[in-house]
Amino acid sequence: MEIDFEKQFLDLQKKVNKIDKGTKDQLTMVVFSGDLDKILAAMIISVGAAAMDTEVKLFFTFWATAALRDKKKSAKGKSFMGKMFGMMLPNGTTKLKLSKMHMGGMGSKMIKGIMKKQDVSSLEEMFETAGKLGVQINVCEMSMDLMGLKKEEFIDYPNMNICGVATFLADADKSKVQLFI
Amino acid sequence: MTQEEVNALNVELIVDARGTACPGPLLAVKQAVGDVEDGGIMEVLSSAEGTKNDIPRWCEKKEYEFLGIFEEDSYSRLFLRKTE
Repeated sequence: MEIDFEKQFLDLQKKVNKIDKGTKDQLTMVVFSGDLDKILAAMIISVGAAAMDTEVKLFFTFWATAALRDKKKSAKGKSFMGKMFGMMLPNGTTKLKLSKMHMGGMGSKMIKGIMKKQDVSSLEEMFETAGKLGVQINVCEMSMDLMGLKKEEFIDYPNMNICGVATFLADADKSKVQLFI
Repeated sequence: MTQEEVNALNVELIVDARGTACPGPLLAVKQAVGDVEDGGIMEVLSSAEGTKNDIPRWCEKKEYEFLGIFEEDSYSRLFLRKTE
């Protein structure tokens, strides 16, 4: 029986091309929660992954978008609802509450104190390190519009983009690891 | 690892990651390994239990050779070889 080497070779070539276009060493994570402990977990995982040379792309949406606010900045031209949300939502990472044991504010203070004592980087330091390691933060435009948040009031972060859900989905499709917090 | 095995190693670079919390040790190792020659041995000092699991896995990912752990009284010494 004759073996058609050329055909087999072309078939194999096609398969290899497909594999190359498949998933790569990348981690995508939806950061939905606006709680201090959950965003901290997201950033520790992101920095850890980046330290292992994995490409990291985060998708900040809903309550997490408030964590990107810089309390030293403000945005003009907000609607009435936007201004209301602006007052009700936490103004950045330093104002986030814990998902449990918040105890009217005591919880956040407590965990930050313990972290400092045990030499765990603060959430603000985590963001800075993540930025240096090239972690990409994609921000959900819809969440920003719903809550009246604007890019001008966000922190300075080296790799931040405003986008929609398709960005996340396309990135997730190529990633070996996809997470939701 | 035994004391003899440790003494036999020619360590090129020592990274002191004691006192840093996760993901500090991983970051320290990633930054330092650039300064190690191919085939060179790096020693990591750590006081965290988790790091003893993290570093071997990091080595697996980077395809470096994890050589072993030697315990001192209050910290661990982890050895790895940067293989290319």
